[in-house]
Amino acid sequence: MKERDFKIYRGNDEKGELVSYKCNVSEGMVVLDVINRIQADQANDLACRWNCKAGKCGSCSVEINGKPRLACMTRMNEFEEDKTVIITPLKSFPVIRDLVTDVSWNYKQNQKILPFSPSEKDKEKDFVMMQKDVDRVQHFRKCIECYLCQNMCHVIRDNEGKDKFAGPRFMVRLASLEMHPMDRADRIKEIKEEHGLGMCNITRCCTEVCPEEIQITDDAIIPLKERVVDRYYDPVMMLFNKLFGKKKKEITD
Amino acid sequence: MLDISGIRRLQFDVLIIGAGGAGLSAAIAASQDRKTRVGLVCKSLLGKAHTVMAEGGMAAALGNVDNRDDWKIHFRDTMRGGKMLNNWKMAEIHAKGAPKRVRELEHWGAVFDRTRDGLINQRNFGGHRYPRLAHVGDRTGLEMIRTLQDHGIHQGIDIHMECTALDILKDKSGKVSGIVCMYRETGEFIIFETKSLIFATGGAGKAWEVTSNSWEYTGDGYGMAFEAGAELIDMEFNQFHPTGMVWPPSVKGILVTEGVRGEGGILKNSEGNRFMFDYIPKKFANETADSVEEAARWLEGDKDARRPPELLTRDIVARAINAEVKAGRGSEHGGAYLDIATQRSSEDIKKKLPSMYHQFKILAELDITKQPMEVGPTCHYFMGGIKVDAETSMTTVDGLFSCGEAAGGMHGANRLGGNSLSDLLVFGNLSGMEAAKYSKRLKSMPKADDGDIKRIIKNATSILNREKGNNPYLIHEDLQKNMQYNVGIIRTKKKIQYGINRIEDMKLQFQEVKAPGSSQFNPGWHEALALRNLLISSESVARSALLREESRGAHTREDFPSEGDEWLEYNIINKKGVNGEMQTIKVKRSEPDKELKRIANSSIEDLEKEVIIDHNKL
Repeated sequence: MKERDFKIYRGNDEKGELVSYKCNVSEGMVVLDVINRIQADQANDLACRWNCKAGKCGSCSVEINGKPRLACMTRMNEFEEDKTVIITPLKSFPVIRDLVTDVSWNYKQNQKILPFSPSEKDKEKDFVMMQKDVDRVQHFRKCIECYLCQNMCHVIRDNEGKDKFAGPRFMVRLASLEMHPMDRADRIKEIKEEHGLGMCNITRCCTEVCPEEIQITDDAIIPLKERVVDRYYDPVMMLFNKLFGKKKKEITD
Repeated sequence: MLDISGIRRLQFDVLIIGAGGAGLSAAIAASQDRKTRVGLVCKSLLGKAHTVMAEGGMAAALGNVDNRDDWKIHFRDTMRGGKMLNNWKMAEIHAKGAPKRVRELEHWGAVFDRTRDGLINQRNFGGHRYPRLAHVGDRTGLEMIRTLQDHGIHQGIDIHMECTALDILKDKSGKVSGIVCMYRETGEFIIFETKSLIFATGGAGKAWEVTSNSWEYTGDGYGMAFEAGAELIDMEFNQFHPTGMVWPPSVKGILVTEGVRGEGGILKNSEGNRFMFDYIPKKFANETADSVEEAARWLEGDKDARRPPELLTRDIVARAINAEVKAGRGSEHGGAYLDIATQRSSEDIKKKLPSMYHQFKILAELDITKQPMEVGPTCHYFMGGIKVDAETSMTTVDGLFSCGEAAGGMHGANRLGGNSLSDLLVFGNLSGMEAAKYSKRLKSMPKADDGDIKRIIKNATSILNREKGNNPYLIHEDLQKNMQYNVGIIRTKKKIQYGINRIEDMKLQFQEVKAPGSSQFNPGWHEALALRNLLISSESVARSALLREESRGAHTREDFPSEGDEWLEYNIINKKGVNGEMQTIKVKRSEPDKELKRIANSSIEDLEKEVIIDHNKL
């Protein structure tokens, strides 16, 4: 057990400051344990979000020494004992109070996405899908919606970008729908226009912060960009589309 | 006098409190006709409820892996796992309804692991005769909640996030008329007027010190329902999951999925003995392997081999680990060793148990593909809960429904792993449909009493307005210690009585609880508000545990070590007496349907023959 130094942001979107706290740290403690301990003993009204405490719900996203992290999966032994650990709220979203930010914008993006759409005929019997055909989709569905990728995305960090780009989280969701073997909807036009895929210039910041290690850029964003290119910029496909209408997704029965 | 005229009011036909698997299922079912006005209130952000932590899978007799499976066998397993105290009808509805609901989830976009034929894969789990759990690696709960969420947001449901329910409103005739809530972000109150109310509020696992439950699990549904006059049933049955993390201290209690044992993991003590072979109860002896060799054959897929004893029901495994530690054969930090490294390849482990791999790697700096885990019992689940009618999910208060962990009866004295996620889907759906029907029958919105609204709001604000008072966090920590030591896994009359006395002291301390700061996103205030419900839940557990003088399923009384046949005839009910005190009474169970009784009491051999005949007829 050793007493360590912390600075935590206290305040709202308009004004706030870093407040110093001291807290005893014992073996195995994570940053969320420290926040909860300070809350119980020294600052009952210190606002933070958390739920599962095991990296499964994505509630406790904060910035620790400037890096977007899950507080429940960041162990204190990562940091040098005599250095102050600084905990601040996510930068890309308005602060409600202390470490809690308003992430409602993300829920609005999700609402705009056309949900999973199998055919009525397929629903009459059990889906038959081979494991190898759903591996990629399952990889996307590991996402815990911690929004660390959204927070890190430089398009979204720039406030005006929020009107133009749904962000990496929702590119992952769109990719999971587009690559689902039983999905029959076509979202390519929306991905290009409404969800703003073109805004991403592949800096891979999102992939670096993903606690689930989802290959956001390589597995989701780039394949979606290829589909958009095929549809809109490939001269053969453009002619094909003109003659036969939009290419429907292949049916993989 | 408090002026409530400025407080916002909203009207619904069906309002659901809680947005885990049960609440979301209920909301989707209630909104099916697109005419019913449906609201959904949740304490956290949408998609973060405790369902997200469920790991192993959902039990349904799909028969994709072993086609001998059938609802009758699932039903028999459930009843035997629950030590025959389950509500018979609920166990029947559950076993019959689960396959349809799992398929529906797939149609809404869930992507389960596949069999070689491309169907939904199913895995073994404790107490289930066949591989029965539809799963996605070890993150099935995440798949379930995200699927329900992404489907649910397109059904016209009005969702209110980070909103805490305070208390139920009733009209003069005693019918539900609404509920008073508070937005955590702003501290603003809101009155929801509604014809019916569904509590999908989960359990109260946060009453114990070592728990797999998050801050949300404070028994809000139990507390509010009790205050409104509803009955609580089977509250003495609290499941201690045998495998929680034990080291390091800060993660003590975090769940280690039963899937580890389902995939072949074995339990060993400090002497290297596979001790579960010494704890096989007579009742399960002829369905359990009696040698390491037979258990190994079972893992290889030999259909004639019996199941390894690590897959006995959770109550048995939790008690066995507890006994080994007490006998001085515990692991380094006071648990048992759970070893998958010697049973499966590193590649298999990472594919089948990715989040366990990740969890131990980061939180315990341990590689489960190389080393054994240390595990011990952790409070996990409430079998008991708000008493409901099996076929409608309505509680004893008109217009109040309940489903999921919040409702009691379905799991009897012990729940089988995997039966919770299926319960959420089956009874979430049922309660949503039934609440919508009930609301259609009511011609007008029942009227709430302004006096009640004022009282509820005043109770909440006085916690902030007091000059000084007790720290809610510290009372909560005391309560957790009290439940852990006095009303824990192994109980005695003396300990429980002492525990109840301590709860009475804490109830007095709660009268003077104080949260400093303003009403905006103030966790201290939220903690204090939850404390009332935690205290009601804890008292109800302790009083029921004191009355049940036998050991059955998850309820173990050291002073009454065996099952008492006469106790099988009774449930224990808690309700509010005329003077506000908690009444704890024995209520005679009704006689089960003859056919259900026959199925549950059949030998497994007879029932398997019967099922083959049933399947051939189809």
